[in-house]
Amino acid sequence: MSDHHHDHDEAVHEHRCDDAIAQIQAFLDGELDEATVARIEAHLEDCSPCLEAYDFEAELRKVIAARLRDDVPGDLRTRITAVLDRLESEGGGS
Amino acid sequence: MADRALFAEQATPFIDQLYGAAVRMTRNPADAEDLVQETFVRAYKGYESFQDGTNLRAWLFRILTNTFINSYRAAQRRPEQSELDDVEELYLYRRIGGLEAAALGRSAEDELMDLFTDSQIHDALEALPEQFRLAVLLADVEGFSYKEIAEILDVPIGTVMSRLHRGRRALQKSLYEFARERGAIRGPAPGEDVGESETAVDPATETRGP
Repeated sequence: MSDHHHDHDEAVHEHRCDDAIAQIQAFLDGELDEATVARIEAHLEDCSPCLEAYDFEAELRKVIAARLRDDVPGDLRTRITAVLDRLESEGGGS
Repeated sequence: MADRALFAEQATPFIDQLYGAAVRMTRNPADAEDLVQETFVRAYKGYESFQDGTNLRAWLFRILTNTFINSYRAAQRRPEQSELDDVEELYLYRRIGGLEAAALGRSAEDELMDLFTDSQIHDALEALPEQFRLAVLLADVEGFSYKEIAEILDVPIGTVMSRLHRGRRALQKSLYEFARERGAIRGPAPGEDVGESETAVDPATETRGP
């Protein structure tokens, strides 16, 4: 694309950004192999825009997960225990 | 018989998690209670087929998911689409990332918490077509691995990854639209292209049109 060394470095950097963003979900899921994790971590150390994007995604996940948890109605546990007791006394023998 | 007693002892601690997932699946607390109860009945009866030493939690979620798909989904008579718009990675971040969190001295998490109400997050998840909703729920709320989700949903790992990644991006798009409608965010309209670079870009490159 260009003869300039600087441009070449920039192109390499951009490529690493693309790579890091493409892997962001699998990275946060803990589903990448060690070598890939190391490569991405090295990139995040010297690329603050990517690091910021990673932090944002990680925080967003925490927020979503925390808001999607529901309290169990108190009597559900009792109800299930009663059902299991009944099944057992009915002789659901093996 | 002894292992049936063991079942009750080992399985009942998962009631909370199963119920939480059941609510998100059925979109209805009463149905969710019935679904969890039915799951326990089936699990109890099928406990002999459970391999000791394997993952009881994943096994229970598999029964929950199958029971939901076979019994409840049909009863809901709600058309389930399987299509989902393609949404780019970092959808929300590119529109609202780098908010004034630092300037306000607040954590990014607090800031994000304020952008969306509980019901918006519930609605956004529940609006996802079922196959995507289940994948996102199992990964992001229940913390299952791709492999476990593949076993629970009985699909290949590649399918799990695709549903999960696309589902999450669609979820971000819904959240953005909700927050924007509510006025919590001032940003570009959902369909607008915000470009590939980070949000705080030179205004000259921010819009591509005239």
